[in-house]
Amino acid sequence: MISFLIYKTILVIVIFAVSLVVAMYSTYGERKIAAFMQDRIGPNRAGPFGILQPLADGVKMFMKEEIIPDVSNKALFILGPSIAMLTACMTGVVIPWGDAITIGGEKYSLQITDINIGVLYMFGVLSIGVYGVMIGGWASNNKFSLLGAIRASSQMISYEVAMGLSIIALVMMTGTISLKEITEQQAGGNWNMWNVVYQPLGFLIFLICAFAETNRTPFDLPECETELVGGYHTEYSSMKLGFYLFAEYINMFISSAVIATLYFGGYNFPFMHDLGLSENLITILGVVALFAKIFFFIFLYMWVRWTVPRFRYDQLMNLGWKILIPLSIGNIMLTGLITLLRQKYYF
Amino acid sequence: MQLTNRSKVVSKKEMTFAEKLYFPAILGGMGITLKHFFKKPVTVSYPEVKRDIAGVFRGQHTLKRDEKGAERCTACGLCAVACPAEAITMTAAERKKGEENLYREEKYAAVYEINMLRCIFCGLCEEACPKEAIFLTDRIVPSNFERDGFIYGKDILVEGMNENRVDVTKRQTEEVNEFKKDKYYAHNK
Repeated sequence: MISFLIYKTILVIVIFAVSLVVAMYSTYGERKIAAFMQDRIGPNRAGPFGILQPLADGVKMFMKEEIIPDVSNKALFILGPSIAMLTACMTGVVIPWGDAITIGGEKYSLQITDINIGVLYMFGVLSIGVYGVMIGGWASNNKFSLLGAIRASSQMISYEVAMGLSIIALVMMTGTISLKEITEQQAGGNWNMWNVVYQPLGFLIFLICAFAETNRTPFDLPECETELVGGYHTEYSSMKLGFYLFAEYINMFISSAVIATLYFGGYNFPFMHDLGLSENLITILGVVALFAKIFFFIFLYMWVRWTVPRFRYDQLMNLGWKILIPLSIGNIMLTGLITLLRQKYYF
Repeated sequence: MQLTNRSKVVSKKEMTFAEKLYFPAILGGMGITLKHFFKKPVTVSYPEVKRDIAGVFRGQHTLKRDEKGAERCTACGLCAVACPAEAITMTAAERKKGEENLYREEKYAAVYEINMLRCIFCGLCEEACPKEAIFLTDRIVPSNFERDGFIYGKDILVEGMNENRVDVTKRQTEEVNEFKKDKYYAHNK
């Protein structure tokens, strides 16, 4: 029992630390990638190649003056970024970061908890994430913040629908909503290919919705600088602002992990059982493979951000309600039809 | 009238299905950004690397000395008159006995000040000078916290002795000397 607690505690702390560090260095990566895509160098003063830049940014954030507006609702004002940060860190619990490692005959799974409703849990936490933005924007008692918050919440709620529907098609195919089982079904050979092969449309819809859910360009209307100053975090300063910005990067990391898990085989990599490697080595390589996939998707997020301009608000809503939702419903029907035909004709 | 061939006629036609998908356009854009990703940055890391400036760059002024080290300036005031920004002021004084090694002519500038905030670095003072005394150099005027710091007196402007001389040969070319011989053109443009 004690050893179980210790193992889980260590796992929780490691995953928490890893997601924070990855998010921290995503900010560095974001700036570097932006710079390279614009033929610049990017941050290169703090440490070699500017590798200490995130630390400098963090120190700066902590040192800044903390302003809580007099007219704001103080409790909610503080609650907003806290919820944003909390929900961002919570989703990592159900993601299978790797298979099990065997130490001294005991199997230690690299997933904190394999609840059988992993996908549902993920969506639940995601929906709470909207509250962080909404409460923060509303509590600021500022027109721009409120507008940003309204935009953010309506955007996130509308895209959650399409996202959920695109997942339903996947769930129909896999027959489970446990992330671990979904991952294991994608393990090598015998037509168990990555889900993206069977669900290309669903993947595309999910990807677009993930961009919208994390408030990344081209869907970054909630913090649209040109129109709304800073959107929902206009009134925020110091580390509270830092929490909002940081939560976005953690969300990016987690959603990349979710995309990799659901559609790109998670910790599986091609020929993993054909190379004659030991179980532990396969697990470790699997973790490396998963992180390679995650980093690719984080890069994709940034790549798109520095390529595509922002949508107009009506375009955003049109895309969400009139295109993505019908498409994902069509995808569900198509998946259902094929599943039915498969059962009938055994192919 | 068409001045260049870069203009594009705006068409308000309905987008085709392929265009409405946006994906071809987005992927094209991503291709462009990826191409730039591997390009060499154009940034010059300033304090370590300095971009080359032209030999005839017009920067901070210097008041030249002659071969023996005496100041060339005779406080005639032509530079101050020529200056379109009215940045130059001076006070003349008479050379005393025993100061021949300090000042070349009988009259010299006791005070010579250039306000670097007013100066537009046009080089007309240099062109006006009949004594080859003032030159613009390739040094950049450094920034300062105080406005007073930008009023450069003789302590900054007059060039040093021996190895501290300021090299102005790049601006004092053959053509420039030829042009300066006939000051008629310079002063009666």
